[in-house]
Amino acid sequence: MNESRRDPEARHGFAGARPSGGGLGAISGPPARTIAPLLDIVDVARHFPVRSAFGRKIGAVRAVDGISLAVWPGETVGLVGESGCGKSTLGKTIIGIHAPTAGEIRFLGREIGHLPPRERRKVARDLQYVYQDPGASLDPRWKVRRLLHEPLKIHTRLSRKQRDAAVQAILRAVGLPDAHLDLYPHELSGGQQRRVGLARILTLHPKLVILDEPTSGLDVSVQASVLKLFRAMRETFALTYLFISHDLAVVRTMCQRLAVMYLGRIVELGETAAVFADPRHPYTQSLLAAVPKIGAARVSRTFSLEGEPPNPRDVPTGCRFRTRCPLAQDVCAAEEPALREVGGQRVACHFA
Amino acid sequence: MSALWFVVSRLARDRAALVGLVLILGLVFSAVFAPLLATHPDDVYELHPAERLRAPSAEHWLGTDRMGSDMYSRLLFGARITILIGVIAVGASLVIGVPLGLVAGYYHNWVSDALMRVSDVFLAVPQVVLAIAIAQTLGPSLPNVILALSVTYWPWFARIVYAESRTLEKEVFIESTQALGASPWRLVVLHVLPNIASPIIVRASIGMGFTILTAAALGFLGLGPPPPTPEWGRTIAESREFLPNAWWYAAAPGLAIFLTVMGFNLLGDGLRDVLDPRLRRGRHRAA
Repeated sequence: MNESRRDPEARHGFAGARPSGGGLGAISGPPARTIAPLLDIVDVARHFPVRSAFGRKIGAVRAVDGISLAVWPGETVGLVGESGCGKSTLGKTIIGIHAPTAGEIRFLGREIGHLPPRERRKVARDLQYVYQDPGASLDPRWKVRRLLHEPLKIHTRLSRKQRDAAVQAILRAVGLPDAHLDLYPHELSGGQQRRVGLARILTLHPKLVILDEPTSGLDVSVQASVLKLFRAMRETFALTYLFISHDLAVVRTMCQRLAVMYLGRIVELGETAAVFADPRHPYTQSLLAAVPKIGAARVSRTFSLEGEPPNPRDVPTGCRFRTRCPLAQDVCAAEEPALREVGGQRVACHFA
Repeated sequence: MSALWFVVSRLARDRAALVGLVLILGLVFSAVFAPLLATHPDDVYELHPAERLRAPSAEHWLGTDRMGSDMYSRLLFGARITILIGVIAVGASLVIGVPLGLVAGYYHNWVSDALMRVSDVFLAVPQVVLAIAIAQTLGPSLPNVILALSVTYWPWFARIVYAESRTLEKEVFIESTQALGASPWRLVVLHVLPNIASPIIVRASIGMGFTILTAAALGFLGLGPPPPTPEWGRTIAESREFLPNAWWYAAAPGLAIFLTVMGFNLLGDGLRDVLDPRLRRGRHRAA
């Protein structure tokens, strides 16, 4: 990779305020400046065409609209925002379900956004996606055994015996009994389906796993055990996670870094602790104000968010957040704020 | 095997479907054991002018035709032709229609549009008319009847497979399998096809009835296999000049066609209820 052309770290908000050794940096920052990012996406956009009844293109939903983000090996990066802000679309563009409309997706130093399909499928061995609903993401007509053999059949040339051994090993790793091999997905509990889904992916020993809303719809105790499982798997398989969620409390416990998305763009990016301690973007501030805190006043001093985000078909001029922002001025309509360094993080706001 | 047993035991609970199943099994049994069941097995190709147009009796259970052949024996051998036509025509329609539907369902571009427009063209022409045109052009023979029926019936399968795979592709497991790195081939053959098998099976059963009916119509019009083949439709056509006196002459093959077609339709409806969980739920709610 051409390091002199562009330095990914400089774009991702560590350079300035990060402690230069030990302490916070050791747990929250990227491992070292010299290591190349595992995933490095640059100005990625994904637009969905809107067509009239006669098939003519009459507009575009700008689900992801110019996002740059790097993920270093070993870290867990949170991607948060309201539903509909493009988090999942970004994740699915990274894994190749959607082709990027613009921009580069670099994975392991290689541009993967525009590979021919056959080459693109091979990348899946190292880059996997965990779907939100584990039950729905397993073929209802396949037994667990066959489901677990499938990734090995796709990506390896192992014999049946070797695959059996690998399946046994992964079952033990995710904590499922052998007896479950002969069951259909609908015969398993939600937690077990989650484990099967993870086993199916981890058996390939991927380098980066994208977790899409892995805790939504679960009650708190199940949530805790699922998060524990994700942490354990991270240690066992040396995984790097991109953690998509709208649950800030969960993101806080899981992620070293955090990117806040609004309407297809990143509005704030930085180390989780720093963002939680001192959110700079008004959108981040309002999101954090909505998180209940033990011991805090019931009604937060900071404002809360009102209304719905604008339609991504019809993005406001200038700053996307200005229609809901209490700080909005004329300049916000005129000029779109770029991500710039403010304190320890990077923020896209004229007034940060 | 257990899946088959499940289907059969469910079918057995639905009285109409059970009737259909029994009729079809009866037809298959008659066709397979025709030489043993027939009272005058040689009559298919032998003429006995002296015994022409005899009414049903102990000797000739369903009477005799204008050549003096035993109607009952001829019907049994006719069942073989009926099944042959139905199985090959529907089988060929499956072989043409299902892959085309899968291909059209997988792509989201001009390939899908082109394939579906072609099938629309076929569906827009009344099936019997098109089959008549083909059989007429190629000449009356058994292979041509089967060809005409296959050519006219495959679009139904292409349509169903296309529609079902478009619905299925919205399922998360299809996308998650793609994300896993599965090839289009693996995705379509191992994941899509098994999940849309039920409507295909139902359509095949109803298609058997329809195809057999159309084949009989072609036979009636003289476009079927030539005499002395004991084809049911042709037999009805022959009987017309001897009506109403030789009523058994038309009634016997007519009843055979009626029961066969009804059998496949009842079976198809029953299979739909058993195999399609969405409809099953709907029925229970309505009940």
